[in-house]
Amino acid sequence: MATKAKPVAGASELAASVGLTDDDLIGMYRIIATARAVDERMWVLNRAGRIPFVISGQGHEGAQAAIAWPLEKRKDWIAPFYRSIATCLTFGMQARDILTAQYAKAIDLSSGGRQMPGHYGNVANNLVSLSSPVATQMLHAVGIALAAKLRKTGQVALTTMGEGSSNQGDVHEGLNFAAIHKLPFILCIENNGYAISVPVSKQLALPDVAARASGYGIPGVIVDGADVLGCYRAAKEAVDRARRGDGPTLIEAKVIRLTAHSSDDQQTKYRSAEELADLQRQDPLPRFRKELKDAGVLTDALEAQIAADVKADIDAATEYAEGAADPDPRNAMKWVFAEDWPGETPPTWGFGGGHGLEGHEGDHSAAEDAV
Amino acid sequence: MALKTFIEAVRETLAEEMRRDEAVIVLGEDVGLKGGVFLATDGLYGEFGDDRVIDTPLSESLIVGASIGAAMNGLRPVAEIQFADFIHPAFNQLVSEAARMRYRSNNGFGVPMTVRAPYGGGVHGALYHSQSVEAFFAHVPGLKIVIPSTPYDAAGLLRSSIRDDDPVLFFEHKKMYRSVRGDVPAGDYVVPLGKAAITHPGTQITVIAYGLMAHYALEAADVVAEEGISVEVVDLRTLRPLDKETVLSSVRKTGKCLIVYEDNRFLGYGAELSAIIAEEAFDYLDGPVSRIAGPDVPGVPYNHVLEDWFMVNPEKIADGIRKLAAY
Repeated sequence: MATKAKPVAGASELAASVGLTDDDLIGMYRIIATARAVDERMWVLNRAGRIPFVISGQGHEGAQAAIAWPLEKRKDWIAPFYRSIATCLTFGMQARDILTAQYAKAIDLSSGGRQMPGHYGNVANNLVSLSSPVATQMLHAVGIALAAKLRKTGQVALTTMGEGSSNQGDVHEGLNFAAIHKLPFILCIENNGYAISVPVSKQLALPDVAARASGYGIPGVIVDGADVLGCYRAAKEAVDRARRGDGPTLIEAKVIRLTAHSSDDQQTKYRSAEELADLQRQDPLPRFRKELKDAGVLTDALEAQIAADVKADIDAATEYAEGAADPDPRNAMKWVFAEDWPGETPPTWGFGGGHGLEGHEGDHSAAEDAV
Repeated sequence: MALKTFIEAVRETLAEEMRRDEAVIVLGEDVGLKGGVFLATDGLYGEFGDDRVIDTPLSESLIVGASIGAAMNGLRPVAEIQFADFIHPAFNQLVSEAARMRYRSNNGFGVPMTVRAPYGGGVHGALYHSQSVEAFFAHVPGLKIVIPSTPYDAAGLLRSSIRDDDPVLFFEHKKMYRSVRGDVPAGDYVVPLGKAAITHPGTQITVIAYGLMAHYALEAADVVAEEGISVEVVDLRTLRPLDKETVLSSVRKTGKCLIVYEDNRFLGYGAELSAIIAEEAFDYLDGPVSRIAGPDVPGVPYNHVLEDWFMVNPEKIADGIRKLAAY
């Protein structure tokens, strides 16, 4: 599975070993560092009472950036899940797009403030909008891959989800169909060992989700989610295979969940102090940093520069999101369909904010009676 | 104009749309070589090949979910659910995904997908080959629900559905497939979504129906006409978006309304119609908004005596009209 080393201009030995340049590795590091920092900022804002809800990708970022990396932006597709911050950043979203979603502002690229934070996606970056019922995006990615094959676009579709989601029936239906038709499709399972509080031992009879791949006649690959370049190699091979028309691959990245499931979860109820302390040792961010430094790709000065850039970026994004306008209720009935339908009845209280009596444009009678 | 059966209208329209637009594909169970269990897709496999006419595994959630994805990446899938009774495994994909995609992405993504499914009883189909499922889906903003009653409307509405940029559920009463014939003009006409038709003008009672019941309502209207009762029949054709204007103007004219549907009575589609009429035409009503609908049992029983008991028919509708007329 190792990619054959070949000399690449601007490539250290480490970069060359995976067929990338040093700029690629630094780019990957920058995304992982940005994803971590924006995630930490989200928790700070939540604890400060600025945003109501956080769902986190901390611990997943190395695998996410590396596995999205070999896909081609604005050509290939990703159907992400709610921990996919680094995935979305790799595929073209910015820290500002994550934070405007956290604040649910009108300018939020993913949903205009309609969805909970964590439901990232936007059409310009070929990132599929997601819902909260888990694993439904599986079938959307399979359908995207089907269209890619029929239309001969050369696109690859990747979807990513947790091992908890892997137990949904849609995963079975989708893998089966993708395998039958040799679709250009990749399923990435980010196995962090927990479905909220339920450990993997109560989710699967076998330790590995990847073992299921053989039942569909496709490769199932297990990678250490803290080994960023190992994740990249597995993903590159899966993308090449999909692009060649050889069909889907299941990649299982063993990752860690560094935070509680969400800001509404108290994980000490089901995870021991020892387990939580040990997580730091498996954190992909310091490990990748050390790997890059050992290889001479990342210097102390560059590390400090990136840290300063990331902080400035996130400070600016926070300020921008905090100051951005809320969505206007006047638009709240838009986009049920592509066009307006006179048959859809607006509420009796119109479209005002707050008490609902200002600026309404619907049926006036009830509101006027209330006055 | 050619006289065609209902299913011929569906089949030929599918073929014409596939010829017109290569983004249109058909997928479902047995839709390929066999041409569908009712033969609604017969011949498409031979003409368009297995790329565009896809026999799927028995995976209804996949049929709909993959259609959603394919629709987001440039295709216009027409999915067939073999019987409406089997659509429930795809409920999540229809309700959580297809219906909400445009709204939740703030118009970023749309799902131009049509899901066809045969529905309805009276064909010895028992509990799981007879269901009417429209009320489940008509409840959900973001889905369009179409139920044609004539070959003309089936062709025109199917064209509109396939060309629409949002998800459409297109329910075909299976008893009508070969029993209903009608004129279908050649050429590329459409019947717009969201427009009801007055199929029998009258003055004293409005009867609102759709699908097979729209035919039974016409039969009942003829029966009571001989007794001096003038009935106006409104064939809804599209359940959502609802053509409120046609419904309300008819009821405001006649002052009485009977709603006919084959689905279970409780919280069926007629319940919402009744509420709308009560709210928006109350001052015009000379009698209670009434319903003739399927009994509230969990399915159409198999035995023919029980099935006949379950099914709404022209006689039962005529009785409902007489009671309301006498009010």
